[in-house]
Amino acid sequence: MSVKTFAGGVHPPYYKELSASSQIEDLPAPQQVIIPLIQHIGAPCQPTVEAGDEVAMGEVVGDTDAFVSAPVHASVSGTVKEIGETALPDGRKVQAIIIESDGEDRISGEAALQQQRTLQSMNADDIRDAVRKAGIVGMGGAAFPTHVKYSPPPETDIDTIILNGCECEPFLTCDHRIMLEEADEIVSGLQAIMKACGAERGLIGIEDNKPDAVEAMREAVRDHPYQVEVLETKYPEGAEKQLIDALLGREVPSGGLPLDIGVVVNNVATAVAVSRAVKRAEPLTKRVVTVTGDAVKQPKNVRVRVGAPIRQLLEASGGFSEAPARIISGGPMMGTAIYDLDIPITKGTSGIVALSHQLAADASEEACIRCARCVEACPISLMPLYLAEYDQESALQYNPLDCIECGSCSYVCPSNRQLVQRIRLTKATAQAEQEDSS
Amino acid sequence: MSVEENLDKSTLTLTSSPHLRSPVTVRRIMTDVLIALLPAVAAALYFFGGQALAIILATLAGAMGAEALAARIRHQPIPLRDGSAAVTGVLLALCLPPTAPLWLAFLGGAFAIGIGKAVFGGLGMNVFNPALVGRAFLVASFPVLMTSWRWPAGAGAWMQQGFDAVATATPLDLLALEGVQTPYVELLLGRVGGSLGETSALALLIGAVYLLVREIIDWRIPVSYIATVAMLAAIMGTDPTFHVLAGGLILGAFFMATDYVSGPVTKRGKLLFGVGCGLLTMLIRQFGGYPEGVTYAILFMNAAVPLIERFTKPRLFGAEVDSNE
Repeated sequence: MSVKTFAGGVHPPYYKELSASSQIEDLPAPQQVIIPLIQHIGAPCQPTVEAGDEVAMGEVVGDTDAFVSAPVHASVSGTVKEIGETALPDGRKVQAIIIESDGEDRISGEAALQQQRTLQSMNADDIRDAVRKAGIVGMGGAAFPTHVKYSPPPETDIDTIILNGCECEPFLTCDHRIMLEEADEIVSGLQAIMKACGAERGLIGIEDNKPDAVEAMREAVRDHPYQVEVLETKYPEGAEKQLIDALLGREVPSGGLPLDIGVVVNNVATAVAVSRAVKRAEPLTKRVVTVTGDAVKQPKNVRVRVGAPIRQLLEASGGFSEAPARIISGGPMMGTAIYDLDIPITKGTSGIVALSHQLAADASEEACIRCARCVEACPISLMPLYLAEYDQESALQYNPLDCIECGSCSYVCPSNRQLVQRIRLTKATAQAEQEDSS
Repeated sequence: MSVEENLDKSTLTLTSSPHLRSPVTVRRIMTDVLIALLPAVAAALYFFGGQALAIILATLAGAMGAEALAARIRHQPIPLRDGSAAVTGVLLALCLPPTAPLWLAFLGGAFAIGIGKAVFGGLGMNVFNPALVGRAFLVASFPVLMTSWRWPAGAGAWMQQGFDAVATATPLDLLALEGVQTPYVELLLGRVGGSLGETSALALLIGAVYLLVREIIDWRIPVSYIATVAMLAAIMGTDPTFHVLAGGLILGAFFMATDYVSGPVTKRGKLLFGVGCGLLTMLIRQFGGYPEGVTYAILFMNAAVPLIERFTKPRLFGAEVDSNE
């Protein structure tokens, strides 16, 4: 197998074996779900229901006219308890619809009527519309509204669709399991995305630590003109820009988007959601999440309701085997540390990882010794040591806005410096300056 | 069953991502450098015996004492644990002649850390390689003591008829003053006059291979440095192999010029830095007042690092082709 890759990056320990062989387990509806009105990059939704309303599963509970946004749906049937507030994993407090489940998972009559559709009967606009109505956002973590990706400016031609099955974050295995268990649904999603974008070429990129997924996807594309490409297991292979560079040798221009070079990248889990939205008008109300970490009793992959409290997932995994030093929403390289177990799973939550004190990084910072490991690790060829300086005037000269915050620099730093955290500060300064001058 | 079982929120931390860290720490890097210096230290002990050990210990005492004192004055925790002062101490000791009095070794170690590092703000802040600052200070202040060589054990039957054992010269002195070239095999094994560590190229190379294999140093600086010296030697009509093996080049190229703190962080910058070191070394050796040029070549290039980095910024991913912006 020829293996493709990108320049830079790091090789963290992966720990995928903790949950890679556990089949996706469907968790029942929790007693209550908390549906944040913003779970994506873009404009927040406004509530379309009121406290006391009865809602069916899949019913829209929040929407907006803004283009860069995605509606949110009830992920259980029941009664709207209140329009309240919740914290997101990143600490932001946002408005949320809190729904008490009646345990019946009753779907609305309208949704039931739309269940007979075929891709053949739909044009590109129909597909984009179906994707938007289903509230689909990027499920790899960034949560960018998916229909926006399929709507390039008129002068742009999309030629290639890449499905991202790299799953380069350590510990996470939800995409791996989806490729094993829902390969056909992924391929049918790819078909729909190709049609929505008018692309000719479809690729599925998978890291070489998942040979069984490569085999499953190759089997699934046998009667299709798509290619399954094997990539080196290296972090961050699944970062959009790095994946495109590795597979196509094209660089997304600095400050630009994959659209600028005619490419759309979607996560494999997103492709599954697209397939369901197109064929069954099914909104995004469930997702697969890996619950894992060396401080979790039974690491596993679970399919849960969007809005389920993180507590439900940890309960399903038997709780903690030892006191965790860190509980992370997302993967250990880019995810956020959380404190409150009652905050909800969102559309972009790919994992809940509990790390022991042995594994979690909590050593104190030492002086930078200019070893250049961060410079070599940066997949964007930035100079993290200078970007992380407190002297913002100096730091701003090192292209802060190009940083993708992958964390490779902090990972390799022998002095345990919080480089990414400091670079976020520099980025914020750069953004503020840009806004001032415009 | 409650999830709260085993959950102790008082020890749950909320730090920024990433939440995993590579096991390579400053301490481990410095330990690897010390391990890589072991063959050279062993060679020094073999050739020069107990005096070599005493010199190394005196230099270490000076360097680590100054490090501790500087931290004390600044009310900071004493950072000896990171091993960087020990590395400076051993490196400086390897640059000293086997006849060096112990007070000289101690003074050199103290100066290297005190003036070469602490006054700049400690680890990571110094512009120049501290060990070389120490050596340059000693050479300038005590030129006679710093150039009194003696034959190592079992050395140079080939030369002993012509030269007095006390006034032994280094191979570079011999070439510059007497026009006599030392055989390669003697240079490689270390049976020549010279400082504790620069005599045996072989012992240094074993350590260098260890540093490269452990990915502690990058190949670019030593390779471009040594290649430049060899090429210039050939162009100038002298023997390239001799110039590579003689003097402090191997020690300087693999252990001094590769110092993280005082060298460039960019890949192209490292190549440029090595070429500059090689150029200056040969200019000093061929045209300068000193027979050896490694110390000043590296110190001079240390000062040029900010400039080098400015012109060798890596090409930004997604930038216009070949733009350095």
